[in-house]
Amino acid sequence: MPDSILSFQNVSKNFSGLRVIDEVTFDVERGSRTALIGPNGAGKTTVFNLISGVYPIDQGQVLLDGGDISTLPVRERINKGISRSFQNIRLMPHLSAVENVMLGQHSRARSVGDLLFPLGWLPRNRWAKQAEEALAQAGLGTYPGEVVANLPYGVQKRIEVVRAMISEPKVLMLDEPAAGLNEKETEDLRLLLEQVSKRGVTLLVVEHDMQFVRRLCDQVVVLNFGKKIFEGLASAVQEDQAVREAYLGTEDVGDAA
Amino acid sequence: MSGYWAGIMAILCFNIVVAYSVFLPAASGQLNLGAAGFVAIGAYTSGYISTDLGAPMLVAILLGALVTGFVAFVISFPILRTRGVYMVLATFAFAEVVQGVFINLEIFGAAAGYPVAAFADLDVIVPLTIGVVVFVFFLMTTRLGLSMRAVHDDEPVAALFGVHARFTQVTAFTLGGVVAGIGGAIWAHNFNYVEIQNFNILLSIFVLLYVLIGGTQTAFGPLVGAVFFTLMPEALRVSEEWRFVFFGILIILMMVVRPEGLVTRTMLDRIKGLFFRRRPAPTADA
Repeated sequence: MPDSILSFQNVSKNFSGLRVIDEVTFDVERGSRTALIGPNGAGKTTVFNLISGVYPIDQGQVLLDGGDISTLPVRERINKGISRSFQNIRLMPHLSAVENVMLGQHSRARSVGDLLFPLGWLPRNRWAKQAEEALAQAGLGTYPGEVVANLPYGVQKRIEVVRAMISEPKVLMLDEPAAGLNEKETEDLRLLLEQVSKRGVTLLVVEHDMQFVRRLCDQVVVLNFGKKIFEGLASAVQEDQAVREAYLGTEDVGDAA
Repeated sequence: MSGYWAGIMAILCFNIVVAYSVFLPAASGQLNLGAAGFVAIGAYTSGYISTDLGAPMLVAILLGALVTGFVAFVISFPILRTRGVYMVLATFAFAEVVQGVFINLEIFGAAAGYPVAAFADLDVIVPLTIGVVVFVFFLMTTRLGLSMRAVHDDEPVAALFGVHARFTQVTAFTLGGVVAGIGGAIWAHNFNYVEIQNFNILLSIFVLLYVLIGGTQTAFGPLVGAVFFTLMPEALRVSEEWRFVFFGILIILMMVVRPEGLVTRTMLDRIKGLFFRRRPAPTADA
């Protein structure tokens, strides 16, 4: 039986009477690189929001390492090992790149001494050093002191990924990390995520760039209209009839008419 | 230093300290239009402790600040349940309640005011002000300061990264109260007389303007705002009749040209870039 690190069990979510997630169940294997895909409006980002606690779930459970995290406050889920990035960039616009990344370290700052440590007055402190090195590893070493609002979209997108990674999560959830990146940046990101994966971090990725998904991910979950229509190996997803119909429509429209 | 400039300097110090009392909550996304209420509590309590209880002035200033901080801590819980314009109204209402209480308390002289015996000259006021400025600059470089700015920019995302937004906001509001208490104590012991009429809505509005026009993105903002607002009317004295008209026009122009405040993070980075070379970034294999 596969070793599941994250389990989404029979979860439903309604918005003003509209069921956007409908009794969805899937497992994310420990150490896997799982893609969560589906057409626009399928409910992929909603699943991320339910796992990270942005929205409360109406029905079902989210288990992390076998423990129910469905009712945990948002800020405690990162302590359990869940970290994420966002479809639309949600960096702190008035902070520098390195400060945004240091925000990602917050869950590891547990003592009063950590809270009152003068990050800005001791520029070579361990927190700043680790954050700068993480930025450099992502090819962003030239930007540590820049205020992020002044940086290009693609750079901001990658800073978000670094911020999510640096909390040392068990499960790293990335919502369209390659959106807006050029070919070279996308490939650099894929290599970076492969490195992260090799460290044992489980990846759960929402992405529309199917080439990126094929090259990075080994498992795929497909949603359509809030329902799961496929769960399995990435190599098998293209052959699945339900998935093909969700993306391309049915071939026998004429007959149906 | 002439008496005139000593007076201006004392007012400048008071304005800087009170500006920082509003900046601390503002840096974590809370607009406080009740600064006058907190300053009044600091002024009356420190004045009472040094005059009626006979404590040394510095002890009285410290205790006045702590009492104000305690009041700020207690009222932060109901006030932080409100957001945006409702928070502005709630803090304003708090200051009005404080005014109503002190004007009826005979122990503090009620409407006639309360004379304070001990005198704080610039030898006391300037070091206290420098202490407050250094404290706020230090705080903003810490992880707590980083949390405050993160909560200001995007509270839900800050929470996703483990920041306890309520703790951060309560701490900022309480520390703002402590600093306002120091401001009140400076006032009480410099003017040697505390009248509740001095701590009205105009004071709260002006102090909020120091912070918003100075800028909330960095700890330099309130300093620049308070210096500008204190010294500019003096500089405009050359045209005695029109100086407040010029001053008002200048404020409107600043709001139009720099709505984010006089001092921004980007501006400081550019200035820093003129004087310091960038530190080389670490390599990927560092």
